[in-house]
Amino acid sequence: MADDLILLNLWSSPFGMRVRIALAEKGLDYELIEEDLSNKSPLLLKMNPVRKQIAVLINKGRPICESLIIVQYIDEVWRHKSPLLPSDPCARAKARFWADYVDKNIYAIGKLVWGATGEIQEAAKKELIECFKVLEGELGDKPYFGGDSFGIVDVALIPFYSWFYAMETCGNFSIVAECPKLVSWAKRCMERESVSKSLPDQYKMYCFLLELKTKFQAQ
Amino acid sequence: MGEVKLLGTWPSPYLYRVIWALKLKGIPYEYIEQDLYNKSPLLLQSNPVHKKIPVLIHGGNPIAESVIILQYIEDKWPQNPLLPSDPYEKAVARFWVKFADEKGLSISKVFRSSGEEQEKALKESLEMLEIIEEHAPGLGQKKFFGGDKIGMVDLTLGLLAHWMGVIEEVTGVKIKEAGKFPRLEAWIKNFKEDPVIKENLPELKDMLPAMKRRRETVLASK
Repeated sequence: MADDLILLNLWSSPFGMRVRIALAEKGLDYELIEEDLSNKSPLLLKMNPVRKQIAVLINKGRPICESLIIVQYIDEVWRHKSPLLPSDPCARAKARFWADYVDKNIYAIGKLVWGATGEIQEAAKKELIECFKVLEGELGDKPYFGGDSFGIVDVALIPFYSWFYAMETCGNFSIVAECPKLVSWAKRCMERESVSKSLPDQYKMYCFLLELKTKFQAQ
Repeated sequence: MGEVKLLGTWPSPYLYRVIWALKLKGIPYEYIEQDLYNKSPLLLQSNPVHKKIPVLIHGGNPIAESVIILQYIEDKWPQNPLLPSDPYEKAVARFWVKFADEKGLSISKVFRSSGEEQEKALKESLEMLEIIEEHAPGLGQKKFFGGDKIGMVDLTLGLLAHWMGVIEEVTGVKIKEAGKFPRLEAWIKNFKEDPVIKENLPELKDMLPAMKRRRETVLASK
């Protein structure tokens, strides 16, 4: 392979999707290896001994771990095409802050929205909408979080759009009613081939998450 | 270039990460102590999302979250680099910065809790130390995680070098058994002996009563 890239991935993981989007934005060829987390491959355990988790990007035999660290690595090595981070230090700090905000909140809260029930689910729904409203405030009237160009914050957040149907159905609420601007942004991102090809179908995701939910509740 | 202001509360290890970075690069700054129980308009304006310290304000622009501040300082003032220039080595360093930042929270949790919650935090803290001892690159071979010079990973792990001992004394709980982590202990010694770090560590005799009071307040509010 020209760029000598392998991605250890899980089709349902928002973190894997981030890396696939970044690789696609840069027009890079890579080998995609689908992992089974209930039976982790020797390659995964060797390449990520600390976290034993996907996503892992292997470039010329050397592993890079943690989705946003991988995205920054890709951006730095293949800087010339579709930069995902601005060059100005202040703008970079702002982008990192919001990517970090997404990282600290959306996965954990979203998981409770589709995965929990009762009071815990209700509290999570409320928190999720609050976070989305904060993000809408940051987005403002810009087409993307990165401004006119698609950037790292967009990459960090858009994979969670694949959870929207599951969250709305399990949580019995409408995200577009509460956060129309965010949904417009998401649809704009989905018009990019890098995004539409990296995100699974929302219904497929819903079925998968429902299975997971049932499994957890049975334990 | 604009003046640099730093909002913090003494003796926060997150604050000190930023102080060390500024000192290592020779950047002058004005320090403004904050009261987290009576947050100033400046703090609320500069960090409306998290309302936490540290916050760096450079030429009027605020940057929040200690690791993000460190990266900003590195981008803005390239002298005495805290990260390798090679993108791969940089990615490895960033991985350990993230690991140290996230897992370090367990040690803070030992300080802020008791009973079952503290037991759980202790277990997590021990796991963190074991992983670092076994997997952290350069540990035992080089003077610092950053190599011969202090880097961002070292700054992020400063909590282990100076605060962990005080937390053990204040809580009466042992996080790290002496002699069990030889490579980490060697690093702690090197880190604390570095002239810039040595000159910029909060005094233990002042930390002890301050942290005792802080722990009492935190436990009482639960």
